[in-house]
Amino acid sequence: MRDDLQLISDWIPRNATLLDLGCGDGTLLAHLKTHKKTAGYGLEINQDNLAACFEKGVNVLEQDLDGGLGNFQNHRFDYVIMTQALQAVLRPDQILNEMIRVGREAIITFPNFGHWKVRAYLGLKGRMPVSSALPHEWYNTPNIHLCTVQDFETHCRKQGIRILERQVINRNHRTSVLSKWWPNLFGEIAIYRVKG
Amino acid sequence: MSSQNPDALPHTAADSVGLVEPQVHHFDTPLELECGRTLPTYDLIYETYGTLNSEASNAVLICHALSGHHHAAGYHRADDKRPGWWDTCIGPGKVIDTNRFFVVSLNNLGGCHGSTGPASINPESGQPWGPDFPMMTVKDWVNSQARLADVLGIQRWAAVIGGSMGGMQALQWSIDYPERLSHAVVIAAAPKLSAQNIAFNEVARQSILTDPNFYGGRYYLHDTYPRQGLILARMVGHITYLSDDAMRMKFGRDLRAGRFHFGFDVEFQVESYLRHQGEVFSRNFDANTYLLMTKALDYFDPAREFDHSLEQALGRPTCNFLVMSFTSDWRFAPERSREIVNGLVHAGRNVSYAEIDTPKGHDAFLLDIPEYIKLFGAYMHRVANETENTSQDLEAGPHA
Repeated sequence: MRDDLQLISDWIPRNATLLDLGCGDGTLLAHLKTHKKTAGYGLEINQDNLAACFEKGVNVLEQDLDGGLGNFQNHRFDYVIMTQALQAVLRPDQILNEMIRVGREAIITFPNFGHWKVRAYLGLKGRMPVSSALPHEWYNTPNIHLCTVQDFETHCRKQGIRILERQVINRNHRTSVLSKWWPNLFGEIAIYRVKG
Repeated sequence: MSSQNPDALPHTAADSVGLVEPQVHHFDTPLELECGRTLPTYDLIYETYGTLNSEASNAVLICHALSGHHHAAGYHRADDKRPGWWDTCIGPGKVIDTNRFFVVSLNNLGGCHGSTGPASINPESGQPWGPDFPMMTVKDWVNSQARLADVLGIQRWAAVIGGSMGGMQALQWSIDYPERLSHAVVIAAAPKLSAQNIAFNEVARQSILTDPNFYGGRYYLHDTYPRQGLILARMVGHITYLSDDAMRMKFGRDLRAGRFHFGFDVEFQVESYLRHQGEVFSRNFDANTYLLMTKALDYFDPAREFDHSLEQALGRPTCNFLVMSFTSDWRFAPERSREIVNGLVHAGRNVSYAEIDTPKGHDAFLLDIPEYIKLFGAYMHRVANETENTSQDLEAGPHA
């Protein structure tokens, strides 16, 4: 399992109820179901991912995140999780609000656009950054709302969203001393636990 | 079709269940019906495909839609032109894999393909039941299906599966017999009919009821049947089974003769198609059955017993659900399936949902649509794995 998923998994207590936005092939939900006895649903729109979830026995609903989460009640879930999808939705601010409405807490991960390599790529090459965390070209990228660690935290502060925990990891999904002290410069992927 | 040898008969294809023979079971225990009446005795005709394992844990029930019946897969005779109505999905190696599942498919009560229905003889009068046949509901069908399960020694279905009206039966099963199924597969269905759905059914019924050959439902005694009414009923029904796009792609505004005749005979291809569909249907379907089945659809509303709360009704099931819909289906549109899904999520049930992107309309659930087959197949694969794991556990149980 990806290290960021392992990190998230460590934050989830036993028997928690979950909603995983953009759950992919259901790896995280299947893992948590087995090891933490969690219950819940994934949302996904990719057919191959839906089929993979069906095979795994993970509850998955075909639902586009850009349509909102209006079909879920307030605080229906203990945790609403969104890994690496915030930058790909039409309105990250709205989905974030929906996440903290539907979940008691929300867990979000995204590629940090403030990472030094990204800055260097744009600054020195003068081209839109391409990296392992951001593998697409500018014209075909699904990542339409990239942000930095600082952008995200500023937004949370303005919106009154409380940040309960933060982890930043590098390309190898490890935390380092540098990324601990200067997350916006040395963190490639940011992981947050927040509350409304 | 999928056979290597082009001369080979379809029933010999590796993915066909081959030649099948229906069976009839006669029930002597009276069946109490939702309408308050009782059916003293009755027959159910059914077919089975595959083999029931020793724990009877691999049985799957197929529930049919409005004009369906027990013949879901394979061929009755070697020279049959077409296989059963869901042969796309049932067979060796197919979505509902008969190498792994024991598949049961029956004709519902009130039907006209061998189970007791309006055309059957009423033992009290010695005449066909006709309009005196009691009104059936989805709940009644599920009760009769449970009795068939008893006869076959099936305590718990691995899955109850159906499309359209069949999906409604699967949903009703999950509410009425929660302990008797592990999975419910509800395809292109709705938690209840809309006013528009009922309106279309009513047009269909009126066309039959007002046919001069209907004779108040006793047309059997006059050696005739309301042919025109049935044709009209099927024509209007068929329009709701296809989408606007599907019709445009299939017929467009194509003319049969290439020019206008300025008359009321068949001119457009779509007219010809609808009339043909109606004709064929009218020869093979009983008018009273059509009336009864459409009413059963209209009455279907499992939430009604639960203070009109679907969430409350869906608090009863314990099985896992697969709900599927088709984007261009306007008879039971994806929103209707999402009502079921939302109800199940609200009730905290295990449910998965897929919305298949296709222009084929309501009829899509019967068709070989790759995306649909892939997802449905992935789910059934899991169901089959579960039944086989359970079997192993049971085998290992006493020694473990």
